[in-house]
Amino acid sequence: MIKFLLMINKQGQTRLSKYYDHVDVGKRAALEANVVKCCLFRKKEECSFVEYKDYKLVYRQYAALFIVVGITDDENELSIYELVHNFIEVLDKYFNRVSELDIMFNLDKVHIMLDEMILNGCIVETNKNRILAPLLALDKMAES
Amino acid sequence: MALKIVKGSIDRMFDKNLQDLVRGIRNHKEDEAKYISTCIDEIKQELKQDNIAVKANAVCKLTYLQMLGYDISWAAFNIVEVMSSSKFTYKRIGYLAASQCFHEGTDVIMLTTNQIRKDLSSPNQYDTGVALTGLSCFVTPDLARDLANDIMTLMSHTKPYIRKKAVLIMYKVFLKYPESLRPAFPRLKEKLEDPDPGVQSAAVNVICELARRNPKNYLSLAPLFFKLMTSSTNNWVLIKIIKLFGALTPLEPRLGKKLIEPLTNLIHSRLVITLHRASVEKNVCLIGLVLPIVCVCVCVSNAVLISLSSGMPNHSASIQLCVQKLRILIEDSDQNLKYLGLLAMSKILKTHPKSVQSHKDLILQCLDDKDESIRLRALDLLYGMVSKKNLMEIVKKLMLHVDKAEGTTYRDELLTKIIDICSQSNYQYITNFEWYISILVELTRLEGTRHGHLIASQMLDVAIRVKAIRGFAVAQMAMLLDSGHLLTGNMQRNGICEVLYAAAWICGEFSEHLDDPMQTLEAMLRPKVASLPGHIQAVYVQNAAKLFATVLQKHEGATDSQAAQDTSQLLIERLPLFVQSANLEVQERASCILQLVKYIQKLQQKDVEVAEEVSALFAGELNPVAPKAQKKVPVPEGLDLDAWINEPPSESESEDEKPKAVFAKEEPKQSRARHIEVDEKELARRREARKQEQANNPFYIKSSPSSQKVYQDAPGVEHIPVVQIDLSVPLKVPGMPMSEQYLKLEEERRQKERADKKKKDKKKKKREKRGKGKRDDSGPESEEDITPAHQVDIVTEEMPENALPSDDDDKDPNDPHKALDIDLDKYVPSAENTLHKVTVCMLHAEKQGDLSITRHFLV
Repeated sequence: MIKFLLMINKQGQTRLSKYYDHVDVGKRAALEANVVKCCLFRKKEECSFVEYKDYKLVYRQYAALFIVVGITDDENELSIYELVHNFIEVLDKYFNRVSELDIMFNLDKVHIMLDEMILNGCIVETNKNRILAPLLALDKMAES
Repeated sequence: MALKIVKGSIDRMFDKNLQDLVRGIRNHKEDEAKYISTCIDEIKQELKQDNIAVKANAVCKLTYLQMLGYDISWAAFNIVEVMSSSKFTYKRIGYLAASQCFHEGTDVIMLTTNQIRKDLSSPNQYDTGVALTGLSCFVTPDLARDLANDIMTLMSHTKPYIRKKAVLIMYKVFLKYPESLRPAFPRLKEKLEDPDPGVQSAAVNVICELARRNPKNYLSLAPLFFKLMTSSTNNWVLIKIIKLFGALTPLEPRLGKKLIEPLTNLIHSRLVITLHRASVEKNVCLIGLVLPIVCVCVCVSNAVLISLSSGMPNHSASIQLCVQKLRILIEDSDQNLKYLGLLAMSKILKTHPKSVQSHKDLILQCLDDKDESIRLRALDLLYGMVSKKNLMEIVKKLMLHVDKAEGTTYRDELLTKIIDICSQSNYQYITNFEWYISILVELTRLEGTRHGHLIASQMLDVAIRVKAIRGFAVAQMAMLLDSGHLLTGNMQRNGICEVLYAAAWICGEFSEHLDDPMQTLEAMLRPKVASLPGHIQAVYVQNAAKLFATVLQKHEGATDSQAAQDTSQLLIERLPLFVQSANLEVQERASCILQLVKYIQKLQQKDVEVAEEVSALFAGELNPVAPKAQKKVPVPEGLDLDAWINEPPSESESEDEKPKAVFAKEEPKQSRARHIEVDEKELARRREARKQEQANNPFYIKSSPSSQKVYQDAPGVEHIPVVQIDLSVPLKVPGMPMSEQYLKLEEERRQKERADKKKKDKKKKKREKRGKGKRDDSGPESEEDITPAHQVDIVTEEMPENALPSDDDDKDPNDPHKALDIDLDKYVPSAENTLHKVTVCMLHAEKQGDLSITRHFLV
């Protein structure tokens, strides 16, 4: 099961956070800071799976942004690794070469996309067109 | 009035929306907190407005701020308002905020029940979708109970978009409200054959999660999953199905046999081509299939082993195939693949250690990898790969790593691993315990470790269980007590000074092996000791008394009564420092012993022989006690714990007083009811309090092998000047044993043994070989021929008589998954029945007023 998904940049600022298992608000900042420190320590050649307390972290770096997913032991690490990449590709398709600023200024839309892909800690949809369908419908409704 | 409206709308023009907020935060990098607090004030103003658009905007901004770490639970009510808006965009914002910040403790959740129900039955599929998504994050048992029915109907919605989400959220509903599993299960089964692949994979996901916890309930679905596995092409689904089979095969051996073929096909087809560099990216997740396939193969071969005693030729081949492929993965240069390969190997290791042992060289190589995760995985594997022969070399290598890895958590991890490897299965692999103790002593030189208690408990364990080693151990411990650096080291609770606890106890208990008890006694009573943590000081004081007894014993036989009197004098001088300690335990023990010594001194001045009696204080062997021994003490016959000790108060008074005055009537009944109730509650409370006390009491050693009785003292330590040992140069300190010496010694010893054995009867060896079976290596180098230099003497732990070793009290009673363990085959409800039952439940809940507030609040 996926416990949380975070997008944090190199300076430690959280750009997106989604928790599938409730964590107290006060503890979240500490958790995110720790997680990013763990990932920053890793060098390029090291593998993308880190053991952190009782989770495993699967992380991927895109430019200055780290996407970190916390999973429990029963989840397959490589499948989550691929899921992260899939998510970025979806964002790419919608925003046309997505950048960190796009994510910051359209946080609610990014959340909608993420909710289409992961529900309750499980992977729901991986087909890009299907994920973007409700969002595009929403945009059309907003324009009209 | 008109002016007000205009003013109002002008104000609204200057409202910030989310983008302005983000821009503002970026521009105010230096005074971000102040800027954000002004923004929060503005948001509070906006929330007071009636306009729903304004509120939605405010809630949107709040969501962003929550992500940055600010608590927004004060706005929960407003979030609910926004959720109830009819426009989809606002509703979405409300649900998003709710999913981010609502949790089980939020009170306003029950206001949302009706709203969510309306959304779930809305004609617009996106409304329903957003409600389902949001709900999954904050569903509570009450919500689950109320909405289970609606979500179940949604599972058969016309749109696959909704079906998919409904299926997934049912898992959360099951967790919170387990009674919904039974009625929902038939529908869930149908979804496995749904034409839409998204819904199918959602159903697979849910059933896999459920089956993981309680696999036997889902065995009947195995044929269905088999069909899915052979027909599906979605990799993520395949991974889940294979994992599910891994959980099912231990229960059904025939399943294992059937699975071998398709799985081997899968491995061959998917992995052979994909390890090519160019296609790795695309097919990486196919490689991810390896892990679950390996699990299944392990289970399969297990199952086959159990069912067929002769052993099928196939299953060992499949294990070999797996191990081969894993070797390829581990040798790959991509770190991710290496990690997964090691992970899978460790799973095989548990059941087939022999097939993995041939790859030992590769694993040892991985131990030197720069990547910490890979090193940790390799360490795990090492655990199963040690044997009597290679244990020493492996530990030597690990100690080198320990020296290199200064000040990291990795070092702590290494320490625990070294100790785990050495102590597994009752020290099965250690041939020379002197070597082990010297390793432990070397480990004490690590600074800043949190595992001091681990080392301490190991020392205690070895010293108690291996009688032959006690002399050596005591000598080492006496040296430790003398060394200055441990006293000046860190004083944390589990820091390395815990070792002194063990050292003092060992010296006291086995003081007959000490060369110079006076010196150790002197070392224990140094004033510096008062700076150690309380529990360690208490042990010191107690064991000082034990050493005193030994000294008296030694010197009173001889005509050297002056030395004995000197010792008493020493104790009387030094103990008052401990009597003044802030720690209660230390104070108590010190004062007891001080009085005892004073009394003995008086007797000594009259030339009375006291040594025998003082030693009698500490007579008797202390053996290790099993951890569950206390629970297993049988209740003696004729004792009924539930019976009243006194006569229960008579019940007849309550009836007489009923028709009397209002207030007078209540009191006696209540007090009596409370009296009876209190007894049971009292019992439970007292039990709890007792358990708490035991948990907090540092001397109540629950699961360590040392005894439960109070420590005993032994007197007698001579005066020895304290020598400061230079420990900046680790392994070359004179007087401290070098563990490498032991490697050489061990080699020589084994050589000698081998030579001796060769001279003996050769027929005897042949007989042994045949008896052990085919899997033995030929030749004199086999495992079993190496006899250890020291044997573990005390293997079994003390238990009360006739107690059975069982562990059914290990399971956690609070596990939510336990409640889902129901037999689904027995109950096959019809569709109407379930609806009827669930609606009856809900009507009942409504009657109890749970939903009455919602009725009034939201239309």
